[in-house]
Amino acid sequence: MEMERQNDLNLKATELRLGLPGSDEQPEKRNNKRASSEMDNSSDGEKGDQECAPPTKTQVVGWPPIRSYRKNVIHAKKTEADAAGMYVKVSMDGAPYLRKVDLKVYKSYPELLKALQNMFKCTIGVYSEREGYNGSEFAPTYEDKDGDWMLVGDVPWEMFSTSCKRLRIMKGSEAKGLGCL
Amino acid sequence: MSHDPAEMSEDDERPPPADRGRAEYADQVLENVLENVLVFLTCRRDRNSVSLVCKSWCRAEALTRSELFIGNCYAVSPARATERFERVRSVALKGKPRFADFSLLPPDWGAHFAPWASAMAGAYPGLEKVYLKRMSVTDEDLAVLARSFPRFKELALVCCEGFGTSGLAVVANHCRQLRVLDLIESEVTDDEVDWISFFPDGGTSLESLIFDCVECPINFDALERLVARSSSLKKLRLNRYISIGQLYRLMIRAPQLTHLGTGSFSPSEIVQQGDQEPDYASAFAACRSLVCLSGFREIIPDYLPAIYPVCANLTSLNFSYANINAAQLRSVISRCHKLQILWVLDSICDEGLQAVAATCKDLRELRVFPIDAMENNEGPVSDVGFLAIAEGCRKLQSILYFCQQMTNAAVVAMSNNCPDLMVFRLCIIPRYRADRITGEPMDEGFGAIVKNCKKLTRLAVSGLLTDRAFSYFGQYGKLVQTLSVAFNGDSDMGLKYVLEGCSSLQKLEIRDSPFGDSALLSGLHHYYNMRFLWMSSCRVTRRGCREIARQMPGLVVEVFSWNNNAQDRGEENDIVETLYMYRSLARRVDAPKYVEIL
Repeated sequence: MEMERQNDLNLKATELRLGLPGSDEQPEKRNNKRASSEMDNSSDGEKGDQECAPPTKTQVVGWPPIRSYRKNVIHAKKTEADAAGMYVKVSMDGAPYLRKVDLKVYKSYPELLKALQNMFKCTIGVYSEREGYNGSEFAPTYEDKDGDWMLVGDVPWEMFSTSCKRLRIMKGSEAKGLGCL
Repeated sequence: MSHDPAEMSEDDERPPPADRGRAEYADQVLENVLENVLVFLTCRRDRNSVSLVCKSWCRAEALTRSELFIGNCYAVSPARATERFERVRSVALKGKPRFADFSLLPPDWGAHFAPWASAMAGAYPGLEKVYLKRMSVTDEDLAVLARSFPRFKELALVCCEGFGTSGLAVVANHCRQLRVLDLIESEVTDDEVDWISFFPDGGTSLESLIFDCVECPINFDALERLVARSSSLKKLRLNRYISIGQLYRLMIRAPQLTHLGTGSFSPSEIVQQGDQEPDYASAFAACRSLVCLSGFREIIPDYLPAIYPVCANLTSLNFSYANINAAQLRSVISRCHKLQILWVLDSICDEGLQAVAATCKDLRELRVFPIDAMENNEGPVSDVGFLAIAEGCRKLQSILYFCQQMTNAAVVAMSNNCPDLMVFRLCIIPRYRADRITGEPMDEGFGAIVKNCKKLTRLAVSGLLTDRAFSYFGQYGKLVQTLSVAFNGDSDMGLKYVLEGCSSLQKLEIRDSPFGDSALLSGLHHYYNMRFLWMSSCRVTRRGCREIARQMPGLVVEVFSWNNNAQDRGEENDIVETLYMYRSLARRVDAPKYVEIL
């Protein structure tokens, strides 16, 4: 991890900046609304030295105050997790609005399917390589990196979770086309 | 050990020579009586008071003190401590300042256990217990412990480093009466020694074996045999190299456990659907005395239901390594009505905290750690979850909460709802962040905490704070003993308010805040009452530090920076990178080159 020492001796404390919410690269918005008008920064003469270049997301040593042991353990998990997937939209035919699921929370197809069934109160049924989800009311499909719509379950879980862009739970009748291939 | 003041009140009244013999006899009888009484006095603050009465009381107290606590290993020399207290059976030593945990202390700074080990080896042959926190401990030191104390029973190493599995093997093998071996958040080198196998054959007296921080594989068969022959074992915390299958085998041999650290809580290989797995839930159900659960180092949430049988009795649950979501947490927490201590990751989100607030009405301590330590605009927990806790957990005494956003309103709410708060540590990760909704500094929130929480002894602050917040701390924080400040304040006034107002202050650690010499010098009246002051990346100069050292000979004033050589000390007006000063009856003889003692 790149670590830079904070060398600016708290010039940051007196600098004024504007930033848009949601834009991580923008520096922190310093609010000038003070609770009391007595708060006067003139006691330190360095007020004039305003930082022009925003340090933004430099890694500050020892901040936040988490023991390195814990940071290492959690960081390791996080990088594993980040690599595995993210929130994807899930639509179901006939449902009025979409949902989102966090793919990295699940480690296998059964887990994901169970969650989807709970979320949408539907029955998806059991996957088979030959028949897909034939016989079920619904079949789960996904859009992969190439923009193609695939049947959920064909490829190993890791491959699926890294390439899945969105999910769609199709009505069984429509899904027949996919399953028969 | 609390500060032994330069002057003790002495009994100056000496009777005239003719009566001296009888007076001395009377003194001796009094001392004997006193010793028999003092033996029952355990609270160290009371003992310190007793020792101040007069010389003979001081002597009697010293002879009857069996538990020695030294809060700063550099406050007194080992020789002096062992000379004064002759009959010690238990020693607790703390070394490095807490900011060492966050890489703010250069390596090899000190806090070596070795001189203490050798002093005690000579002075305390009956030593039974050693507790070390943030000390540098070598394998050789552990060997000294193991060789020198035939009645040695309890060893606890918390946040220590410098030793490895070979040192553990020596302790395991030689300390035949060992009851407690607790390794907590320590760094243990993997010397590839199978230390578990070094416990002697035959029954052991082990009551507590904690090694969840040991980052190397364990000989499981040896561990299983050890657990089987340790019928007194109550506390067992496994490291992440123990799979859930192995956990099962250990649990069925030790249903008497009260504290369990579950190791990885996942299987060692991929488990196919349809594989026969043990009935983990039944193993948990058999542990009827289980009250404290931790571990879950590599949890697969599918296995969570296994712990349901013990939830109703749990008083302490540590999920702080478990990346679980709100629903997964709820499935467990909704059953934990007796829970008093909960540590979690913020993966549970505000929603998870709401579930906690709904069930855990007895909660005393909550810690919420962040998965993502970067400064972001949003995070999974915020003032929303915080407020839920404030409203649901009225008996809260201690909180540590990491978040990206907070509001004064939520903090004020907690100050009103949780009157028992003693420890309040709020870490708003983005530095200088203001109230999420009003854009105001966080002064009013933190101010309300010191004002309304009448039992507050420990405070850690963050976010955008002006000197006004510090004026509140000085005005209301009369019981505050420990204060941590980081990236806060506007001017010297901030620190002045604290030093002048917080009359109980013992430990003050400050980083990256605009406090300079004038503020530093305003604390002269109080520094002898404190254990230490730490200031890094502030505005104090060498000149200011030297002035402190000059005026207060009872303090050790250490000044250092990461890039300092002995020759390259810098000018008097230069700002000092780190100042660490503490009251002491000794001079450091083992300081590394980059430490300058003024």
